[in-house]
Amino acid sequence: MASNIVMPPLRARASNRLWRVFANHLATTAAVGSTILVMVPLIAIFGYLIYKGASSLNLAFFTQIPKPVGEAGGGMANSILGSGILLAIASLMGVPIGIAGGIYVAEFGRNKRLANMVRFTADVLNGVPSIVMGIAVYTLIVVPQKHFSALAGGVALGIMMIPTITRTTEEMLLMVPLNVREAALGLGVPNWRSVLSITLRTASPGVITGCMLAFARVAGETAPLLFTAFGNQFWSSSVNEPIAALPLQIFVYAISPYDEWHRLAWGGALVLIVLIVVSVALVRYVAGRGVLKGAS
Amino acid sequence: MGVEIEVSDLNAWYGTNHTLQSISLRIPANHATALIGPSGCGKSTFVRCLNRMHETNPIGRVTGTVRVGQVDIYAQSSPVEIRRRIGMVFQRPNPFPTMSIYDNVASGLRLNGYRNRKVLDEVVERSLQQAALWEEVKNDLKKKSGASLSGGQQQRLCIARALAVDPEVMLMDEPASALDPVSTAKIEDLIFQLKSQYTIVIVTHNMQQAARVAENTGFFLNGKLVEFDATHKIFTNPTDKRTEDYITGRFG
Amino acid sequence: MFLLNCGSSSLADRTFSGLMLLCALSIFAIVLLILFELISGSKLTIQKFGLSFFFGSAWDPVNGNFGALPFIYGTVVSSILSLIIAVPLAVGVAIFLTEMCPAFLRGFLAFFTELLAAIPSVVYGLWAVFVLIPLLRQYVNPFLIRTLGWSGIFAGPNYGIGMLAAGVILSIMILPIISSLTREVISAVPHSQREAVLALGATRWEMIRMGVLRNARIGIVGAVILGLGRALGETMAVTMVIGNRPEIARSLLAPGYSMASVIANEFTEASDELYLSALIEIGLALFIVTIVVNALARVLVWAVTRGAPVRGT
Repeated sequence: MASNIVMPPLRARASNRLWRVFANHLATTAAVGSTILVMVPLIAIFGYLIYKGASSLNLAFFTQIPKPVGEAGGGMANSILGSGILLAIASLMGVPIGIAGGIYVAEFGRNKRLANMVRFTADVLNGVPSIVMGIAVYTLIVVPQKHFSALAGGVALGIMMIPTITRTTEEMLLMVPLNVREAALGLGVPNWRSVLSITLRTASPGVITGCMLAFARVAGETAPLLFTAFGNQFWSSSVNEPIAALPLQIFVYAISPYDEWHRLAWGGALVLIVLIVVSVALVRYVAGRGVLKGAS
Repeated sequence: MGVEIEVSDLNAWYGTNHTLQSISLRIPANHATALIGPSGCGKSTFVRCLNRMHETNPIGRVTGTVRVGQVDIYAQSSPVEIRRRIGMVFQRPNPFPTMSIYDNVASGLRLNGYRNRKVLDEVVERSLQQAALWEEVKNDLKKKSGASLSGGQQQRLCIARALAVDPEVMLMDEPASALDPVSTAKIEDLIFQLKSQYTIVIVTHNMQQAARVAENTGFFLNGKLVEFDATHKIFTNPTDKRTEDYITGRFG
Repeated sequence: MFLLNCGSSSLADRTFSGLMLLCALSIFAIVLLILFELISGSKLTIQKFGLSFFFGSAWDPVNGNFGALPFIYGTVVSSILSLIIAVPLAVGVAIFLTEMCPAFLRGFLAFFTELLAAIPSVVYGLWAVFVLIPLLRQYVNPFLIRTLGWSGIFAGPNYGIGMLAAGVILSIMILPIISSLTREVISAVPHSQREAVLALGATRWEMIRMGVLRNARIGIVGAVILGLGRALGETMAVTMVIGNRPEIARSLLAPGYSMASVIANEFTEASDELYLSALIEIGLALFIVTIVVNALARVLVWAVTRGAPVRGT
């Protein structure tokens, strides 16, 4: 049967062997080369941003509003306040709805088609350009009100937070091991209590950092604010007036012809970068250590 | 044709875990040799040292000598040719899912620069015949993907794939443990047929399997080679008490 | 699912799960809301121009004549350019990090990549305006004009800003995302496939080619398409460097305009209803295109990673 089959011996030409060795080295060089070609400039960009930003930051940056054109000094305090107000509105809207949505997908819809559709749509929504959100909120809020406002800006940002927080909450909740939920039910705790007090609490470091990440991401968004919050050169804390925002003012200052405003732009950029670094690092830390520490 | 494998003072580590301790043995050519022992005894690690797969693990380390034929396989700088000449079949069949049956078997040949369609056709056919799979797939060679076959067929496909590159040794790490009894029997038949042309080393949990297919058997325990002898002797009259305990089921 | 099977049906539980469901459904509501607002906002130009809106190249607010072709051209060309630059590099980085990188370096580089993906567009734009543009204007563009100017692709006055600048800054921005996602997809390939190739007697590159890339190729395509989706919708950085001129030019050194940029620049200055409607219709087109592209990308990536949530994107 099979035993009288003779296999032809394998003959590989020496040129083939040489080519394979060469191709291997070429591929390694290409991969290492791409990494260097990519990482070195990116690290340089990062370093430059930090350097320029650091040399622009001082106490006045955080306490004063911009000086009139031509005068030195001033700061972006109004933008920081404005961003704070916008983010507060956005979070008030986005965090509860996002977390609730994440709870639904993780706890009640694990294998259902609806949950998969929610997950998929949230992912797709995350990829939609944020300026489109701005247009929608403009026609929805700004036009009827006939003026720009912090409210409109906050809503636009809040809408952006919902899909992100839904996904991260779901991800973190799914990490909570089954025996934690079993323990709760074994005690006779009703579903809603078990989810809130036990599963959610166990996953809370992860859920919170997920919210932080959404927060940081939305804090840097400019496009949706262009025609909702609109920006403001002066102090404003009213929800019904145009309001300054950090990324928005960075944009305005960057394309302006004034050096002093450029300086402010670099400073503002550094503030945003620090926010990003902190939240990304936190998310990695929490996700890496696992949410299980609360369960064991 | 198969070659003899001579192992001298082989030690292997996974990180700080001294997995294999001073193994020495001689595996005869054109015979099937079984390696038995309880889980974690090091038999899989041993086999992976024979084709230099152990070192693909970042924390894997090997010292000692392994001579296959007359070649000291660890003295070569590149393991590529070594691995071609020493074929391996894994516990879970791992055909390439994105390739057809034909392309699976031909993959090793293409790596070695084979392009001629007629030559490839011939080698693919013979390999599949040797692996006792030809009749079942000859009409679907290019239509079906490697992953669309049953478990037993996939494993025979992997055997054919390994045979196509003309090895001298076939290492089999529990090749039938993931298969049903009928497929297992087919694989065992295959080993019987193949050993006249290749040196076969088969790791197995199944002592009856070892008794059925192998002329020689080695018993591993806790990283050491306890006993190595003719199969019938190991199973009827072992020298070492530990071997006897394992055979009679006192542990493992 | 576990909880559903436990048979508890008290009113509190039903209310709770109903509330959660409502919030989850808000995702769909958001999509529908945006779609509705965009369509109703662009009614005027849809009625006036119909499909020819997307083929006309005149952008004349004064005379009420609007054609979106220059912006479509700008968006498409800058995005494709960015893919050409970014994809080979991103895949190279991903392969290096997963298959060749020493362990101590991997953590730092992976973290850094994730960081870069999260940096706001306006910050990239800021850097582009003050560092990239001068770099291009002083060193890169003259070189390109000298060597490849005959093709007409690098010709004309050297402002620094323009399509090439947009393509470059976009490539910098989408590279981290493509790289991260490619890494996830590559890591999802089972180890047994790598071993199967090595055991046949293969070099490391052959192992990567046959055992990894081949299995991951669908997911890698998905990662690239996701990068494309991001590039199509990028607003601020592109607005700051593309030149804001609604013209179609052959040279990459010429200023151009993208769909998102024209909306960003001109929305608040739209002086009449028709103007605004034209901009909103561009926004509608952008919305639909990015939804389709992103959906396609997600399907491809899910096919390889089996629907596991992908972090960081």
